[in-house]
Amino acid sequence: MPLDQSFVGRKYPPTPPYEVSREKIREFADAIGDPHPAYRDVEAARALGHPDVIAPPTFGIVLSMRASAQVVGDPDLGLDYSKVVHGEQRFVATRPVRAGDRLTATVTVESIRVAAGNDLITTRGDVATVDGEPVFTAYATLVARGTARS
Amino acid sequence: MTVGYDDVEVGTVLPTRTFPVQRVNLVMYAGASGDFNPIHWNERFATAVGLPNVIAHGMFTMAQAARLITDWTGDPGSMEDYGVRFTRPVVVPDDDTGAVIEVTGKVGEKLEGNRVRVDISASSDGQTVLARARAIVRLS
Repeated sequence: MPLDQSFVGRKYPPTPPYEVSREKIREFADAIGDPHPAYRDVEAARALGHPDVIAPPTFGIVLSMRASAQVVGDPDLGLDYSKVVHGEQRFVATRPVRAGDRLTATVTVESIRVAAGNDLITTRGDVATVDGEPVFTAYATLVARGTARS
Repeated sequence: MTVGYDDVEVGTVLPTRTFPVQRVNLVMYAGASGDFNPIHWNERFATAVGLPNVIAHGMFTMAQAARLITDWTGDPGSMEDYGVRFTRPVVVPDDDTGAVIEVTGKVGEKLEGNRVRVDISASSDGQTVLARARAIVRLS
């Protein structure tokens, strides 16, 4: 059965603050195999104009996955996670994530549609510091394969 | 190492990059990202759900493709907008070579504020793995 369209526009509560550490950024950079010094060396990051080490552009997934888990796991929505694949991802940054940031993500259901028997749901995660400074917005489209067929 | 806005034109081609990916990289990525879906590390599970083998996280591939841009501009903090569509999975066999992700890109548009849009292509084993992949970056 197709997903309930009335979920479009629904906003979930902000996630608990996530404190970004230098070591977590280094671990993430190691995991993607990227040796860039701006992810590890404060002086190298400062030379580029950043106040502390910055995170790779896709690090935001660590935050946005936590936020979208609220939607994916919402029993009222009833998304069959066992059939879900990642369809699209986009990050729009106000500034890079950096060590010392304390971030919360607020997720909104942006759209729900059906294509070729698949349910497609797009979420928007607005990520800001606990002081309210916007940092980035993540858009994720999840595809539940075959679930829109009744 | 840094690229200037005045040095590029629409059509300027970025240096092609190739990134190897082995099982250990996926295990590391699972741990660092928190995405422990077994299709990314458990061959028995992956084949049971109809995949040819263990596949890379889409976000791992997206991270590799970003390096085409961040190594070109020199400042990873200059990437303001980055989006991709995942078309086919990167299949990672359990052997000594794994898979290779090849990433190419070119300047698609020059924008105001010293920004450019880079259009990216990524493939593995001859198959396109990312579509509509584009980044907006600020140049010096």
